[in-house]
Amino acid sequence: MSRARTERLVNLVICLLATRRFLTAAQIAATVPGYEHDPDDPRAHEAFQRKFERDKAELRALGVPLETGTDSIFDPEPGYRIARRQYALPDIPLAPDEAAVVGLAARLWQHAELAAAASSGLTKLRAAGVDPDPHVNLGVEPVVTVDPAFPALVAAARARQEVHFDYRVPERDAATRRRLQPWGVVCWRGRWYVVGHDLDRDAPRCFRLSRVVGPVRPTGPTDAFTPPPELDLLSYVARERPPADRTGRATVLLRPGYADGVRRFAERVTSTPDGDVAVLRYHCPESLAAWLVGYGSHVRVLDPPEVREAVISRLKEIANQPSPRMLAAAVAGEPMEGRAA
Amino acid sequence: MSRSRAGGAAAANWLARLLNLVPYLLARPGIRIADAAADLGVSEQQLRDDLRLLWVCGLPGYGPGDLIDMAFDGDRVTITYSAGIDRPLRLTPDEALSLVVALRLLAETPGVTDRAPVERALAKLEAAVGERPPVAVRIPGDADQLQRLREAVGQRRALELTYYSARADRITTRVVDPLRVVVVGGHGYLEAWCRTAGQVRRFRADRIDALRMLAEPAAPPPQARPRPIERGIFQPDAALPLVTLRVGRSARWIAEYYPCEQVDDSGPDWVVSLRVTDLDWARRLVLRLGPEVTVLAPVELAEAVRAEAAAALEAYATPVGLAAAAAAAD
Repeated sequence: MSRARTERLVNLVICLLATRRFLTAAQIAATVPGYEHDPDDPRAHEAFQRKFERDKAELRALGVPLETGTDSIFDPEPGYRIARRQYALPDIPLAPDEAAVVGLAARLWQHAELAAAASSGLTKLRAAGVDPDPHVNLGVEPVVTVDPAFPALVAAARARQEVHFDYRVPERDAATRRRLQPWGVVCWRGRWYVVGHDLDRDAPRCFRLSRVVGPVRPTGPTDAFTPPPELDLLSYVARERPPADRTGRATVLLRPGYADGVRRFAERVTSTPDGDVAVLRYHCPESLAAWLVGYGSHVRVLDPPEVREAVISRLKEIANQPSPRMLAAAVAGEPMEGRAA
Repeated sequence: MSRSRAGGAAAANWLARLLNLVPYLLARPGIRIADAAADLGVSEQQLRDDLRLLWVCGLPGYGPGDLIDMAFDGDRVTITYSAGIDRPLRLTPDEALSLVVALRLLAETPGVTDRAPVERALAKLEAAVGERPPVAVRIPGDADQLQRLREAVGQRRALELTYYSARADRITTRVVDPLRVVVVGGHGYLEAWCRTAGQVRRFRADRIDALRMLAEPAAPPPQARPRPIERGIFQPDAALPLVTLRVGRSARWIAEYYPCEQVDDSGPDWVVSLRVTDLDWARRLVLRLGPEVTVLAPVELAEAVRAEAAAALEAYATPVGLAAAAAAAD
C-alpha cells in the first residue's frame, strides 16, 4: 500500500469514528484528504468510487466494523460510520501473571497463519496497555503443530457451514468424499480431529485432520445446522475406555542383559542358570506375540502354548520371506549398491 | 503466496500497525522509541516513519488542533492528542481463536507450574471475545512425573535417570543436566545434557523409570542448547541410514506414525522409506510388524531380520533348561 493510501485510510478511520451521523460517499469525498475530485466529471467520479470501494474492502478485511445506514428516511443515499463500541477492543484487565501467560500462548503456534494471528492479537493487547513479561515460563513447553485442514474446519464449525473433503484411511486404497456438518475440532494426544454430523452416514463421526486429502470445501449457507446442546466434543474422540483386562499370564525366558523393553513390563523376573524367567500379564495373545517377536532370539515364550505358537508361526513367516537380493531386483531402477547403509 | 497477496498482506499490516501504534504509545507516555520499536517488532527507523505519517493524520478540519500530536523528548515520545484512536481495534476472529486455543493448550499441558493464571487469562479473554471457539483440547500425560522433571529444571540440579532407551532396548542409569521440559504430540520429554553421551538428548517422560535429584548443581556445558523442535521430535538427518519397507495393508499405519521420507501408496502394498537412528532398532521394528512388512533396503537389515527370526526359531527347537523350567513352574 502506498504511503498516500495508508494516510488516507487512517484519516478515513478517524473521520468515521468521530462522526455520529452517517456520512455519504460524497460527504466523505469532500472531507477526507485523498478523495478530492470533481464529482461532475464522470470519469473522475468513477475513479473515486472505485477507490472508495477498495478502501472499504480493506478496512473490512482488517476487521474494522464499517456500518452502513441513514440517519433519516429522507436521506436519499446510505452513509457510513464506525461505531466506537464495535471498533474498540474491550478492556481486558489482565493481572501481570495472566498477561505473561497470554504472551507465552501467543508464541505457541508453529503454524505460520495461526502464529501470525496470535502475534497480531497480542500486539492489540499490548496496545491496550498489556505488558507481558517475556521471561516467564511455565516450566513445561507444549509444542503445537496443526494440520493444514485446521483453519478451514474451525472456520466452518464457527460459521455452522457444511463442508466436504476427501478423506483417506491408510487401510483403504482410495480417498472417499465425506460430507460433514462440523461441530468442532479436538486435540487429543497430540492429534487433531474434527467432530460432526456425517451427512452420508447420518450419524456423529470424527475424522483425523492428518487424513484429510486436499482442501476442505465449505458448501451451502452459513448457520445451516445446530450442534447438539451440551456438546462435549472430547467425548467423541477421547472415549475413556477402561484399561483392557490383562488376565492372561505368560512366562518367557529372557537372555540375560537383553530385552530390557520386556523386563520393564514384567510382573517379576527370576534369574536362573538358563536365563531370566519373566512373567508378563497380557490381554490379547496375538498382540503380545507380535510385540515379543520384535525381541527376536532374546525372548523365548515358555507358556501359554497359544502365545508360543503365535510367536513361532510369525517367526516362520518372517524367516521364509524371499531373499532380499531377489527383492532388490524387483525394485525398479534402484540399484541396491548405490544406497546408503 | 503470490506477490500481490503478499503485498496486500504487508499493506494491511502497515495500516493495522498504525491503528495500534497510537493507543500503544498513549498507554506508555514517554517511552523510548527504541524500546517501542523492539516491543512492536519493527526497526526504529520504521517506527519513526510511522510517527511522521500519523503526525499528518487527524480529524476533519486537519488544523493544528485536529491532527494527531506528539511530543518528542530526546529519544522518547509521548502522544499528546490521539484524534480519537485511543483504543486498539478489537480482535479479529482468527486472532481471538489463536490466542484462546493456545491458552487452552497451555491450561491442558500436564505438569504446568501454575494453572491458575492460565485459567484466569482464558476466562477474561473468552469474556472479552464473546465467543467460545469450537475447539477442545486434552493432552493426557503423567503430570506428576512432568512436575518432578520441571522442578529439576527449575532448581538447576543434576539428575540421575534410570532410562529405558527404545533405540538401544536398554535400561541404563546416567547423570544429566536438565535444560527444559517439552510436550510434543502427546508425550512429555526432558531435554538435557547427557553426561554419558556428551550430547543434548531428549528423554521421554514415560520411559524414565526412576529419577533422583542430585545435590550437585546442573552444569550443562556452553554448547548444550535446546534443540529445535518445531518440525517434530525426530528430525530425520540425511546422514542416517535410509530404510525402505514394503508394507502390507494392516501395517500401513506406520506411514502415519513415523516420519517418512517417501511413501509410494499406488499399490496395495505400500513402499515406505524412513530414516532410522539405528539399524538394530529397525530390526526390532520390522520383526514386531511381522510378515506384513518386508525390508527392501538396506540388504544387511533384511538379512539381520531373517537371521534373527531363524535364530529365535532354532532356540524353540531345543529343550528348555531345567532351571528355567523349574522357575517357570513356580
